[in-house]
Amino acid sequence: MEFLFYMGDVFTPINFGLLLLGTIGGLILGATPGLSPTMAVALLIPFTFQLDAAQGLILLGAAYTSTVAGGAVSAILLKIPGAPANIATTLDGHTMARKGEGAKALQISFLASAVGGVFGVLLLIFLTPVLAQWALAFGPSHLFWLAILGVTVIGSLDSKSVVKGLLSGCIGLWLATIGFDDIMGAQRFIFHPALGGGINIIAALIGLFAIPQVITMFAKGRHNDGAEVIEVQKHPIGGAIRELLRNKRAMGIGTASGSIIGLIPGVGGQIAGLVAYDQAKKFSPEREKFGTGHSEGVIAAESANNAMVGPSLVPLLTLSIPGSPTAAVLLGGLLIHGIFPGTDLFDNHPDVAWTFINSMLIGQVLMCLFGLYVAGLAAKVAQVPQSVMAAVVLGLAVFGSYSVQSSMGDVYVMAALGVMMYFLERFGFSAAPLVLGLILGPIAEANFIQGSMIANATDGMSAYFLGGGLNLFLIAVVIASIFYSAYMELRSRRYTSKEEIMA
Amino acid sequence: MSAPSLPRLQHIIGSGIVAAVGIWVAFVSYTQQPSEAFLFPRLISSVFVVLALWTFAKACLGWTKVGGGISVRQFTNLLPGLIIALIYIFWAAKGLGFYTATTLAFFILLSLYDPAPHDAVRSWLRRILITAIFMVVIYGLFAKLLTVYTPREVFF
Repeated sequence: MEFLFYMGDVFTPINFGLLLLGTIGGLILGATPGLSPTMAVALLIPFTFQLDAAQGLILLGAAYTSTVAGGAVSAILLKIPGAPANIATTLDGHTMARKGEGAKALQISFLASAVGGVFGVLLLIFLTPVLAQWALAFGPSHLFWLAILGVTVIGSLDSKSVVKGLLSGCIGLWLATIGFDDIMGAQRFIFHPALGGGINIIAALIGLFAIPQVITMFAKGRHNDGAEVIEVQKHPIGGAIRELLRNKRAMGIGTASGSIIGLIPGVGGQIAGLVAYDQAKKFSPEREKFGTGHSEGVIAAESANNAMVGPSLVPLLTLSIPGSPTAAVLLGGLLIHGIFPGTDLFDNHPDVAWTFINSMLIGQVLMCLFGLYVAGLAAKVAQVPQSVMAAVVLGLAVFGSYSVQSSMGDVYVMAALGVMMYFLERFGFSAAPLVLGLILGPIAEANFIQGSMIANATDGMSAYFLGGGLNLFLIAVVIASIFYSAYMELRSRRYTSKEEIMA
Repeated sequence: MSAPSLPRLQHIIGSGIVAAVGIWVAFVSYTQQPSEAFLFPRLISSVFVVLALWTFAKACLGWTKVGGGISVRQFTNLLPGLIIALIYIFWAAKGLGFYTATTLAFFILLSLYDPAPHDAVRSWLRRILITAIFMVVIYGLFAKLLTVYTPREVFF
């Protein structure tokens, strides 16, 4: 119950103000199609430099939580998911809005998000310290395999193609080696003066997540999305609470699915929402109503995608393995403040760790309270033309990446990586494994070098890195995740070709 | 034998570039000294080059889903914006000064991609207003709040 000891820190004027700012801003950003939670958090990182570590994390955590929930606004009122996590919400939420139940859909969506979110954060509170203590038993070889596991799991599960996912991870690991070697001081792959200090993670994150979105908006040309906002009629909040209580099964399925999926590194909110929707439909006696504006669909999807947020931070805060691309960006936010996840975080910076986690708990409640009032405004923001969004995001990306170290080199790196990522994404490559490779690369290398020194002094490389129960377990998980994803890819191809034949 | 479709051709070129980078990374990793500094890059580059060549071979043989690629229409749409963005980032921001370059780039991009008519005075006034508001917000955030000193160069 250590977290209760730090609960008061959330309510200091600055911390609470930042929490409110992050929550309301996140709700509006989340509702804006094209601004993903990952990109929103990446663009916010430069604004946290002058804040304390806990304050910076409060802002980023609040934005993470509320962008996921805010995405439901545009999913329901515009039929455009604000984030991939809200795809399942669109299925029933928009139909409800079309039937004149927009306010009810928004209310149950925010209430379900809050219930799922609170459960997810409680899981984070109770699981994290236990796993962090467990992580103490990890030596360099285990940490090396864990870093590799982080890259391969996201590379294989988050991509449509396993090979391309793993290749993206390799590109990220290679990018992480650019610059001067820590031990020998040797120059590695410095083919431009801007790379002399290596690739700055924050600049890279901004480039990899923001610039492809900007170019995608350019590619649409002078196109008016013409998204029509459905007018929201008034609906009593008591009715929405009763509706939620009537659908406890969908709520439970959504919360449980989201929490479990969140714990698996690499499987994001998009999958959580869709799996929960599918399971809620299977277990519902009114399954034929799904897709026709049925509240169970909205409840399951929204509780799942917010229940995923807390658990997705468990592997991050204990083992440095981000559970989702947004969690990877949060890891960047931790590292710039000199804080390393794991036992260091809970032993040496408990105030930072617990204030951050507690703020996410309070943030869920604030998100629910403000979501209902901000929804109308957020829907209006969602109508901002793509031309404005593209120019705004580009400007913020340039200023944000420059402000990291007041270096034009970071701006060049940001732009070069962003343009490269846009073209790679066109051919099935994914940014998430590349980012993971970039973030986990230094951790993997440091432990690999340390491990090889120990190995040379003891039993040799193969015995040290490939021996022992924990090493073998981690290697087995790496291999299993790759084979499982390859199997799923082959299966989906078979089904696709069958569908093509039937068509 | 028919010529490959545009997305497949793009995929072959794209995966070819990735394979070339992979070969270069492996070459540098295995030839540069001191070898201790390249121990980890050697490990990565070995996997990198195998996966990159595998992807390239699959692309050439047509054994893989190629993704959507970029249509001619998408390319012609994005090209002016991309050129302006790259001029802004790689030259104007440093050459003209951050705020001047950002104002110009923002206004040009907004005007290029805004679906509102180009012959209406009202839409031009709206674009100028949006640009001014954005610049005030950016200046307030970065120059005043975060006290970031940006290159001023020729203009502000």
